[in-house]
Amino acid sequence: MPTDPPIRLSAQQACVRFGTLEALGPIDLSVRAGECVVLLGPSGCGKSTLLAALAGLQAVASGAVQADAAGGSDIPGVVFQEPNLMNWATAQDNVALPLALAGVDKVERLGRAQKALKQVGLATFSAAYPRTLSGGMRMRVALARALVNEPSALLLDEPFAAIDELGRRALDDLVLGAKRDQNLAVLFVTHSVDEAVYLADRILVLSPRPGRIMAEIAVPHVPRDPAFLTSPAFAEAAAAARRVLSAQLVAA
Amino acid sequence: MNRIDIAPILAGLAMLALWEGLTRFFQVPTVILPPPSAIGAALVERGPLLLPAAGVTMGLALTALAISIGLGTLIALIFARVPLLERSLGPYALVLQATPIVAIAPLVIIWTGIENPRRAILILAVIVAVFPVLTSALAGLKAVDPGLDRLFRLHKASSTQRFLRLELPTAAPFLLAGIKTAAGLSLVGVVVAEFVAGTGATGGLSWRLVEAGNRLETATMFAALFLLALMGLALNAVLALIEKRIRA
Repeated sequence: MPTDPPIRLSAQQACVRFGTLEALGPIDLSVRAGECVVLLGPSGCGKSTLLAALAGLQAVASGAVQADAAGGSDIPGVVFQEPNLMNWATAQDNVALPLALAGVDKVERLGRAQKALKQVGLATFSAAYPRTLSGGMRMRVALARALVNEPSALLLDEPFAAIDELGRRALDDLVLGAKRDQNLAVLFVTHSVDEAVYLADRILVLSPRPGRIMAEIAVPHVPRDPAFLTSPAFAEAAAAARRVLSAQLVAA
Repeated sequence: MNRIDIAPILAGLAMLALWEGLTRFFQVPTVILPPPSAIGAALVERGPLLLPAAGVTMGLALTALAISIGLGTLIALIFARVPLLERSLGPYALVLQATPIVAIAPLVIIWTGIENPRRAILILAVIVAVFPVLTSALAGLKAVDPGLDRLFRLHKASSTQRFLRLELPTAAPFLLAGIKTAAGLSLVGVVVAEFVAGTGATGGLSWRLVEAGNRLETATMFAALFLLALMGLALNAVLALIEKRIRA
């Protein structure tokens, strides 16, 4: 029997409060290496807060969150809603930033940044400044930056919401490719049911604030290709997610 | 290559020609308004006197500018780190800025001692030039993108890394705009202070201006004014060049 892959991201009874406001939880969650878990839920339910807590950017009021390293960087790769690039630096320097902050020497970090740019299909744009890149390309740079220090987990907070349908699918495929090739634990926040089903091994549907896990929907292990989008398996998983979301609307 | 717009050059030449023609036609005394040709002649004749004086004034203005840049940025950094200091001292800085420099000048001269005109002039010029640097640097330091700030926190950046890789590059365009204003003001500050100090001890250009006025050498006064304007323009041009480099 093959053993289960190790858990890379976990939350145990995690709660977040802003003053007196209960923002999140309690939530239990675990994401294993090579697995993509998608958080789906209404606006303001605390999806981004949970992500920030797992990234170490937000303290939990009670419970615990953990992001475990696997030899690589103990800082997870994070992609936010905006690309958040330094507009005074080239694409390559932007991607190399996490390495620079970790004290990696210049030759090595630029080499690794170039490799990461190649991974997201921007090998020829290393000297380009952000303002000369399209929205989708900027997001690719942000994704390359999140991958450059070879993290064991990748956290994405509605990263591709502002990008057109085709560009978005291409970016989703890049995330799936990185997950597979680098055996990443991926936690992806979105409000798009279709994107959730396309990316996820499991979908966790959150309740309105304070966000709790309302339902878990498993998505079949089939290749993610255009045929999947029109398959009964896709339709079934999407319908299941929509049923849970609509039930919340009725309840609210 | 930049294309040079000839319209202002032609307009300038036309105005000079008109000036020359009118002063000659109406036979205006040169003591009242010398024609451009007389000013040109004065520039050549008095050049050996005026140019070193211009050098002194320019040197003082540049020194004052350099001090203002360092001091303004340092205070901005402290204010950005300790908001309480900004809240409590900011209003008083504004009072100092709002007080006309000519009114402060005699006091500063008394404090530094009449035998130290150079020091008094520098202090006065810094008082006027430091504020645009301070306010623009402060605005720049506060303009840090919250998303990038979060990224730097995620990667546990040290405060030195934060300053060099995030705050300084964010503030640079703001700071440069402030420095451009400060450059003009430091020149104004030096000239005003030289006037008030009223001694030939530093031998700056405004001293030569006063001297020429006392001797009713109006053409020489115009020549000195021309050099002052030229210095201001040169300062601006150099800073515009630096700005272009940084923006590129």
